[in-house]
Amino acid sequence: MPRLRDELTKMARLDVAGRHWRRLPSRVRQPVPLLVLLVLAVTYPFYVADLPTNVPLINAFPSVRSSVTILVFVTMAVGLNIVVGYAGLLDLGYVAFYAIGAYTAGWFASGQFEQVTFHFGSMGLSKDATGIHISVWLVFLIAGVITAVGGILIGLPTLRLRGDYLAIVTLGFGEIIPQAVRNGDNIAGFDLTHGTFGISPIDTPGFGERLHDSVGLPVTYQQSFVADRLFFWTVLVVLLVTIFCSVRLRDSRLGRAWIAIREDETAAGAMGVPLMRTKTWAYALGAFFGGIAGAYIATFNQGAFPSQFDFNISVFLLCMVILGGMGSLWGVVVAGIILSWLNVEGLANIGAWLNANLFTPGFGTQIEVPKYSFGIYGFIIVLMMLFRPTGLIPERRRKREIEEGVGRGPIDDPLYDSRHEDEPTGGAKH
Amino acid sequence: MLASLRGRSRPTANSVLGIVFVGLLGLWLLKNLLVMHDAGRAYDFFNVFLIGLTTGSVYALVALGYTLVYGILQLINFAHGDVFALSGLVASTFIVSVFGLDENSAAIVIIGGLFATFVIALVFGALVNSTIEFVAYRRLRSAPRLAVLITAVGMSFIVQNISLAIYDVNFRSVPPLISAQSVFEFRGVHYEWDALFVLLVTAPVLVLLTWLVKSTRQGKAMRATSQDPEAAAIMGIDVNRTISFTFVLAGALAGIGAVLFLVEFNIRYDTGFQLGLIAFTAAVLGGIGNLTGAVLGAILIGLIQAFNEGLSWYAPGPDWTRSIVFGILIAILVFRPEGLLGERTAEGA
Repeated sequence: MPRLRDELTKMARLDVAGRHWRRLPSRVRQPVPLLVLLVLAVTYPFYVADLPTNVPLINAFPSVRSSVTILVFVTMAVGLNIVVGYAGLLDLGYVAFYAIGAYTAGWFASGQFEQVTFHFGSMGLSKDATGIHISVWLVFLIAGVITAVGGILIGLPTLRLRGDYLAIVTLGFGEIIPQAVRNGDNIAGFDLTHGTFGISPIDTPGFGERLHDSVGLPVTYQQSFVADRLFFWTVLVVLLVTIFCSVRLRDSRLGRAWIAIREDETAAGAMGVPLMRTKTWAYALGAFFGGIAGAYIATFNQGAFPSQFDFNISVFLLCMVILGGMGSLWGVVVAGIILSWLNVEGLANIGAWLNANLFTPGFGTQIEVPKYSFGIYGFIIVLMMLFRPTGLIPERRRKREIEEGVGRGPIDDPLYDSRHEDEPTGGAKH
Repeated sequence: MLASLRGRSRPTANSVLGIVFVGLLGLWLLKNLLVMHDAGRAYDFFNVFLIGLTTGSVYALVALGYTLVYGILQLINFAHGDVFALSGLVASTFIVSVFGLDENSAAIVIIGGLFATFVIALVFGALVNSTIEFVAYRRLRSAPRLAVLITAVGMSFIVQNISLAIYDVNFRSVPPLISAQSVFEFRGVHYEWDALFVLLVTAPVLVLLTWLVKSTRQGKAMRATSQDPEAAAIMGIDVNRTISFTFVLAGALAGIGAVLFLVEFNIRYDTGFQLGLIAFTAAVLGGIGNLTGAVLGAILIGLIQAFNEGLSWYAPGPDWTRSIVFGILIAILVFRPEGLLGERTAEGA
């Protein structure tokens, strides 16, 4: 029986370890899983090459290059979560903010405006390169600010509207801005957006000669041999900052005002929450992060192209927020990682795996899974709404709102509720 | 209480803005007419007008579907446009492959085949639309309104991908079954049979619909449900059945509209989404929930689109059509959310 004894001692040791662990103050305990995840994320580029590439169903884990795109989309989802999740304003045109951010990067960090030559902290370019070349780090901020202003401009006239009208107006903006971008190559003879060709190349971030020579930081990312890793770590920082801001905002006075509006707009207004200003802030801040993410992906792809800004992207981002649970930050991050991974690599991999292992041997056919990606997202949306409207990782408060029907805001008004009598908790509202 | 407020005139800034805008629009049209007149092509102006009328009447059929559903459920049924596209694709299969119609077929065969296609598309659209209602929206009757709206967006993508799966990405079209010869020609202004055909189908459908909603028991039930579902239920109206009927009606209109669209244009799996948005704009322009309004709005949108694409003097051109349509949508929602013919409600804005 030595095997059993070994097992028992191991269990006992685990038990002791567990007891020690529980005795630690929660201040120490709580951040540990987060830290482990963070370390795993930061070191991802180093061990991704060693991960198996024959995993059933998903084949391989995302490459570093794909991970950058994935994390940018997660950043956008976290931004959208501020608008949809916290403030409860349905935005079907978030892609407009993405577009504004990307094109701001195109305007301020590329050779688009060849009439002028303006350099401010640009890295790795000759000083007489035409166009506006502002330091890309600064451009991220500029993009965020310009997009936030765009959000305010869109928000001011429309935020008075009821939930579904607001949705359709944002959808309208989400359609207008990409089309304006597509047709903006000849506005009274002025080439603003370079039409369907898009703006390319866009400068990449970097640290310049001086820091390169003294500390060894790369001059520009694109010239570095490990460009993808640098982009990956940078977007990780962007995402973490976004998450941090999102958490702090949620718990701030403003965040509580958003949640109050989400729960009951009329009551919040009666309690002295300035409705318009609070909602506009939600829009502006949501747009801010969308703009930064848009600018980032533009520098990463070294270009901004009108074909990127489809209505589908808005729905795709909304799908992340819904799948994760509206207002639930970690839920949105997890759902965002899953869905954008599906979009970037996952569906193609899963499709290939299914074709090789299921369809071809079983039915003798092949199915192009990625082609139906948006059907799949639609399916996810409908299923979630029907069976788990609170999302994968429900936010506690939102769950209570939906399940108990207490404090439903105007957007939560049921179309009608003829089950009044036989519902124990719902029914009596307002 | 609000009734007394309603009588009061709104702040006049908006109405002044509206009048100025409509005035400028009129001047723009007049200038275009004069420019064309100087070029000796004044008839083009009226041709463009007739094109707009035709497109507008197809839009009307789709817009009515949005308005009917919105009227009864306060739901923007995003999937409606995709039901339209799927019905159109199915109709194209029937015309081309099953009936094998082409321009050389005998007149009686074409008429019979088209009639059969209309019936098939109508039934198909009604079936798909009511299935969507039954599968998704019905379960969400007591769910938050936002949930239903999001579900509608999801359903739209599902239906669109069903079209994609069956018909792939290619455009489908049918041979020119209705001759494109002129019904009449007057100083260069000509009106073709196929355009007339669209009007000849749309007009009776609209009359029939009005009769159905205004004068039948079912229509009365629909109106009652849209006013107050709970009171309607107390009065013995089967609310679920009435809502299903509304979806059947909307789907049938989409089916008819899809066949008419097919007579004039090509159709593809994603045609419905764009067209649906345009039609929804039309419904909002006329006053959502208002049947006459939807038709008026649709014809206006059709005319705006045709003028934008067909005129020469400072017309932005087809590249900007969508932007203009959505610009109108936004302006209407911001300045006059009740639409042209809609009633101002307490929660209208």
